[in-house]
Amino acid sequence: MSALDDRPLLVAEGLTKHYGQHIGCADVSLDIHEGEVVAVVGESGSGKSTLLGLLSTQLLPSAGSVRYRMRDGEERELLSLSEAERRFLLRTDWGFVHQDARLGLRMGVSAGGNVGERLMAVGWRHYGRIRAEAEHWLDRVEIARSRIDDRPDTFSGGMRQRLQIAKNMVTRPRLIFMDEPTGGLDVSVQARLLDLIRGFVSDYGLAAVIVTHDLAVARLLSHRIVVMRHGRVIETGLTDQVLDDPREPYTQLLVASILQA
Amino acid sequence: MSDAAVYNFAYLDEQTKRMIRRALLKAVAIPGYQVPFASREMPMPYGWGTGGVQVTAAVLGADDTLKVIDQGADDTTNAVSIRKFFERTAGVATTTHTSDATVIQTRHRIPETPLREGQILVYQVPIPEPLRFLEPRETETRRQHALEDYGLMHVKLYEDIARHGHIATTYAYPVKVDGRYLMDPSPTPKFDNPKMDMCPALQLFGAGREKRIYALPPYTRVVSLDFEDHPFEPTKFDRGCALCGAEGIYLDEVVTDDRGGRMFVCSDTDFCESRCTPPRTAAQGLNEVPR
Amino acid sequence: MYVAVKGGEAAIAAAHALLDKERRGDPTVPALTTEQIREQLALAVDRVTCEGSLYDRDLAALAIKQARGDLIEAIFLLRAYRSTLPRFGYAIPIQTGAMAIRRRISATFKDLPGGQVLGPTFDYTHRLLDDGLNDQAPATELTHKIAHDEAAVPHVADLLGAQGLIEQNAEVEIGAPVGDLTRDPLTFPADRDLRLQSLARGDEGLLLALGYSTQRGYGRTHPFAGEIRMGHVEVHLVPEELGFEVSLGEIVVTECEMVNQFKGSAESPPQFTRGYGLAFGHSERKAMSMALVDRALRARDLGEEVIAPAQDEEFVLSHVDNVQATGFVEHLKLPHYVDFQAELQLVRQMRREWEEANRKEAAE
Repeated sequence: MSALDDRPLLVAEGLTKHYGQHIGCADVSLDIHEGEVVAVVGESGSGKSTLLGLLSTQLLPSAGSVRYRMRDGEERELLSLSEAERRFLLRTDWGFVHQDARLGLRMGVSAGGNVGERLMAVGWRHYGRIRAEAEHWLDRVEIARSRIDDRPDTFSGGMRQRLQIAKNMVTRPRLIFMDEPTGGLDVSVQARLLDLIRGFVSDYGLAAVIVTHDLAVARLLSHRIVVMRHGRVIETGLTDQVLDDPREPYTQLLVASILQA
Repeated sequence: MSDAAVYNFAYLDEQTKRMIRRALLKAVAIPGYQVPFASREMPMPYGWGTGGVQVTAAVLGADDTLKVIDQGADDTTNAVSIRKFFERTAGVATTTHTSDATVIQTRHRIPETPLREGQILVYQVPIPEPLRFLEPRETETRRQHALEDYGLMHVKLYEDIARHGHIATTYAYPVKVDGRYLMDPSPTPKFDNPKMDMCPALQLFGAGREKRIYALPPYTRVVSLDFEDHPFEPTKFDRGCALCGAEGIYLDEVVTDDRGGRMFVCSDTDFCESRCTPPRTAAQGLNEVPR
Repeated sequence: MYVAVKGGEAAIAAAHALLDKERRGDPTVPALTTEQIREQLALAVDRVTCEGSLYDRDLAALAIKQARGDLIEAIFLLRAYRSTLPRFGYAIPIQTGAMAIRRRISATFKDLPGGQVLGPTFDYTHRLLDDGLNDQAPATELTHKIAHDEAAVPHVADLLGAQGLIEQNAEVEIGAPVGDLTRDPLTFPADRDLRLQSLARGDEGLLLALGYSTQRGYGRTHPFAGEIRMGHVEVHLVPEELGFEVSLGEIVVTECEMVNQFKGSAESPPQFTRGYGLAFGHSERKAMSMALVDRALRARDLGEEVIAPAQDEEFVLSHVDNVQATGFVEHLKLPHYVDFQAELQLVRQMRREWEEANRKEAAE
């Protein structure tokens, strides 16, 4: 694995989003480096999903900016990207794993078609090679190759999430956004998914922003943690440090409410 | 008695023709791009060729010779009806001979006789949007064309091969025009797709109900979508026409009895007749255009 | 010996002759006159003028006769005719507030200025087939004198509006361009002017079903019939050469204003919202259904979630025109044998391959 560039991959400054009088998130600044996993935690309504939407350009901020270092090294202000550039980024250098797999997959298309879609979108035109690549990634996410022609509506929740990951990984993205990826899954299924993600992060130098209300997920996956409440960041730092020794009362409350194993 | 005295030439008023021609010019300038136009209510139902009729009415001149075919035949009911319509409202000469026609309106076939420069082929189109059955929203398909975001189409072809071992589209087979726009050639059988590529004639497409016009200027590159390892293959028939013996042309299957008896004859009736009767010497001859 | 099929032209001519004969029906039965249709099938005539988008009751009656009573065919005839007519300009918007009322009801108030005027309505009839209509008996004598109140009848929506209880219609500058559905192709998202035009000439059946669906929970809008009024309005035009208003005559229209689910926002207190329907002639079902669907389609504008078919603008407006719909549905009658042949080829080939594969498997 090549040495990682020291400059941050993504830099967000003063991100703010209003919905009428309601604050979605206020004045959030954040940077993410290659190979780094940042967890954004908080309760429902804390603004963490809004933040994810702003960082991934799916939402327009009321104020603030997001800069991203492209594959060619150039830093771009994401708000100034054309629609074509933005879509290209979302489909190649980035990934997005939804809490509800139906939003991230085409349920009426086979697993192979789902995984191959990004490749076809960037110009792959050899059926055999597309299929071989899809099989490779199904292996990597531990889905049996024999399921390649099956549709995801026949898959379990855990399999669908793993398929989402395969679909995203196929273009070797450098940054993946995940919105409650383990939501609604059994504990053992969650564990398997988390192991997989951890493996990808270390094998491929993947950076990730993971929104979760589950501190255990944060502890397992992330290097740094951002705690949000009422749209603002109230505490941030190295995950282990923040979770072992939370400074803010609210963070202490969150930590205390995890059921001890 | 001709109604030409009662209607404007070719039925449409001059303002409407001007509007359609402006749309046609835009279409020719951007090969394969669907130009919206304000389709008029015509005296035949939407879905029965009103788009083609409006395009023909807009380009027809008093000196033109018009041929109208449906499924390749001049004598099918809808072709007869449309030809009569223009006889009444434009009084133009009509013909069944492809080589004598200057304007040919067609539904679902391209004539077997190669077309030449100076001819116009007008296609009747029911659904102009090649992505329509993959993505029903017009707002979304417009964006996909603008961004040349055609991944969805290839996913569909991939699924066909995964499921059936073949690309399962046999007509209205999607093509890439001039290396840019994805286009629906209208429900012509994929057999006819190669004829569109580098065709010397001007090809115009009219969809009345969906209100879109598009075009292929002469000598435009038109490539059928495929995979490198599953290349596009036109339909092949294992025999020739039972009437004229021609091979390598599209055949109609005719059921002759209720015991499974069938025979295959040319879909292009003019082509078949010209081979069965002694050959005519047309004014300009039958130019063979190399493909 | 097979001979290529010919004779399409002769077949068509013969079919048309047969159609004429069937249209006339039993020659011993007196022929219908268009006047009879215009007078005694008035509601059919009204529907044809509305969806045919042309206010000419005589022509509509003729179209119904020519179409043998098939109203969508009659609507098509009228639309095709409309296409050939020269356009002199746009009329000034009709003033339904100045309507000579023949019927006016409101479900939102027991009594109100202008009163509840029942007019000629089926509403309270008992639906018992009346054999007496077969006799040529003269019409019932009216025993009550119909009071014609000359005073203008205010709109219920204006009464509510004066108290700020209902949203105001959007401010529009005088002379601002209005979309014209018959001149420009519809694109999405569509503004309310084009939406309403589309609904006004749209199929009553589809609008009825969609309106009904909103009442059953598919995009509920809590509607009340604020007002339904039917009567005569004058149509005025300002011809370019004259520069002043000229009256072209009167038409009959039916107007429905629905009062719907209130909503408030950060900037304004809660108000009722509106749905609007307008149709030529006495067409209550159409006007009411249109008002329900209009309100449902405003979901996007009012910040409501779009979850039901009646709220889906592209779905509703793409399928509401019955002339387009019937054209495309019925076009399936046209020959499709060339495309079908292509499908046959593929299916036969796939079946051969399947049998091959099975034979190989059985051999192993």
